[in-house]
Amino acid sequence: MTMREYMLGNVAIARGLLEGSVQVIAGYPGTPSSEIIDTLASREDQDYHIEWSVNEKVAMEVAVGAAWAGVRSVVTMKHVGLNVAADPFMTLAYAGTKGGLIAIVADDPSCHSSQNEQDTRRYARFALVPCFDPSTPQEAKDMIPYAFEFSEKFEIPVIFRPTTRISHGKSDIELGEVPSDKPVPHFEKLLDRWVMLPKNARPRHTHLLSIQQPIEDALAESPWNSLELKPDARLGVIGAGIASVYAKEALQELGLEASFLKIGTYPVPKKLILELLSTVDTVIIFEELEPVVEEQVRMIAQESGLEVSIIGKTGGFVPREGELDINAFLEALKKAFDLEVEPETGGVSLELAPRPPALCAGCSHRATFYSMKKVFGKDAIYPSDIGCYTLGIQSGTVETTLCMGSSISIASGLYHAGEKRPICCSIGDSTFFHTGMNSLLNAVFNKANITVTILDNRITAMTGHQPNPGVGFTVTGEPTVEVSLAELCRAMGAEFVTVVDPYRLEETQEAFKAAKDFEGTAVVIAKQPCVISGKRAGIRRVPYIVDPEKCEGCKQCVKFGCPAIEFDEDNKCAVITAICSGCGVCAQICKFEAIKEVKR
Amino acid sequence: MNEGTGEKKLDLLITGVGGQGAILASDIIGKAAVVSGLPIRAAETHGMAQRGGSVVNHIRLGSDLGSMIPKKGADIMLALEPMEAVRYLDFLKDGGVIIVNIQPIVPVTVTSGLAKYPDVQEILDVLSEKYVVKAFNADELAYEAGSRLAMNVAMVGAVSGYLPIPKDALLESVKALVPQKTIEINVRAFEMGRRKVEES
Repeated sequence: MTMREYMLGNVAIARGLLEGSVQVIAGYPGTPSSEIIDTLASREDQDYHIEWSVNEKVAMEVAVGAAWAGVRSVVTMKHVGLNVAADPFMTLAYAGTKGGLIAIVADDPSCHSSQNEQDTRRYARFALVPCFDPSTPQEAKDMIPYAFEFSEKFEIPVIFRPTTRISHGKSDIELGEVPSDKPVPHFEKLLDRWVMLPKNARPRHTHLLSIQQPIEDALAESPWNSLELKPDARLGVIGAGIASVYAKEALQELGLEASFLKIGTYPVPKKLILELLSTVDTVIIFEELEPVVEEQVRMIAQESGLEVSIIGKTGGFVPREGELDINAFLEALKKAFDLEVEPETGGVSLELAPRPPALCAGCSHRATFYSMKKVFGKDAIYPSDIGCYTLGIQSGTVETTLCMGSSISIASGLYHAGEKRPICCSIGDSTFFHTGMNSLLNAVFNKANITVTILDNRITAMTGHQPNPGVGFTVTGEPTVEVSLAELCRAMGAEFVTVVDPYRLEETQEAFKAAKDFEGTAVVIAKQPCVISGKRAGIRRVPYIVDPEKCEGCKQCVKFGCPAIEFDEDNKCAVITAICSGCGVCAQICKFEAIKEVKR
Repeated sequence: MNEGTGEKKLDLLITGVGGQGAILASDIIGKAAVVSGLPIRAAETHGMAQRGGSVVNHIRLGSDLGSMIPKKGADIMLALEPMEAVRYLDFLKDGGVIIVNIQPIVPVTVTSGLAKYPDVQEILDVLSEKYVVKAFNADELAYEAGSRLAMNVAMVGAVSGYLPIPKDALLESVKALVPQKTIEINVRAFEMGRRKVEES
């Protein structure tokens, strides 16, 4: 009997890893990839090692170690994470693996929760590594055991590239067997494989190139590529990964006769593409993000001298930026064939208030930013980083966000460029452990006169509360060393390091003043647990209330931007709602002592 | 009401604000669909937008392709918040059904004076011009059932009559997914929500 379950794409991928006998799992959280490790870490019967590593490069290297010991391993991250892990990854393609190794790298078309839209398939081509591109959560699960076997057969790492709608899509999933036997790890000392000094790297590059054709041939035969030829169709459609289901549905809706090639693997199946190209006049290519398949199709058509009209991203028929959907496919068809465009009639004319995501009620970052702004003022420069606190842009204290860990080095660069205004940068605890440490070390070493604020909310909050080396427990909740941020900063040579409670405004502002006056790299650690994880851990605070008798309607508390504080226009008085978490910061802001704890 | 009969394909959009329980509402329907042997695809909002931002979930019952509802493709919209009903209207087909909770959640852009929250009655009037609107205060209904937190389940109850899924399967799914201690409250909220729409 087959089992069906309703699950999130990432949970289905996690299940695929179990069905594929994974033995080591490492990663760094990043939307939309994080739930894969979260799911496997919460299982009770674990016969694998699982960890949140401090960054993607480290996670990749842990997975490589495991694969070199002959077991199956996986490393998970989001697309930009592969930039961090690119260094080991590019050389790993040369060295190869023994046990199967899958790099799960989740792409995020439309930047739902990312700083860019890069396409991981480009990395696959760059590194000459095969890539799997699932079209549904079911296929994502089923591909994983196949990808492990494939990796082992060719002794090469593989990329698995879900996109947001796969990772965060849900579907009924048919489950497979979870095998119980796993190989015993044994590291074979193959020095010409594992030591990539030039003498060994050169022949491995030749080897890597030599297996490209066999890899392509094997993938072309795989169940992830399929060609449906319609005998009389003059139109061919190529859909890659998740875009193939959008194209399929649009074709069904239109009742259009077209031959259909679904592509789920890279290198692309050249034979199938040629077969399609030789039977149609026009081919339309639909793929998420970059025109990777399209470029290949154009090459194949040119090489084989086929005069086929190719419609895709290059001519602007399919958008190259943003996320695709059925409508994008229909639009492309309309543009290409001058089909009648249905008039836009949806929606109504009503002015809506924007509802951007905001820091939670009682979030300590808001309090830290408030104090920071009070002390450093409007004129100062505020480089920041990646995490919940990027939402501090609403507080006027986030003026740069480039990539994980960059805030401190950007602050240093601004200072060394000769910028005379005060510079105060901010970075979260997890981000600091990720790649901020290197930047702090550099700032101290090269004497950057800046203030570094570590927003230590005791967790990696943005991606769903994953632990980091500062919190004292691992991914499975096991107690471990709790690394002191303060001692770490001092060890890296920082002479001014102070820890404050951001809920205490006066204390925090005193610390910022001292940091601002300090000549050199000063570190202020604002330490207070995330309100969500704090609540889960049992922290209960008494909520606050506005005394309407005392409130003068000055709106100072409202300007603080806490979602729990509203303004009653009728009575010209501030109101604190039920979502108040009791941090008490607004009470310190109020000059009229109108905000008090609710009496028990 | 087409329960158990006719078309088993239905595209449902759930809109609301991060934290209202849109994902749980979608999970209840999804799990019940699987139990009833109906293919299901769903897409939900995670990450940054969860922090009090605007969220939208797509649910496609009887679909074996992608999880994204095309523009003007949704049969029904379940709006957990009135302004969020308007924000995603272009996904709803003309003449589609909107079940809307009329309790507003005021965004920070409004509390800080940068924007205005539209009048709720005006929202409902505008919606009624083109769509079938079933509006009530689901927060108060859930409160009557025992807890405001059961608002999302009251809304699932409200839409339940339109779904090609037996009511019992939905109720079993509610019991399986809400916290153990709150089962009774949530079942009550579900029934009250269902009755609210049946009566209207």
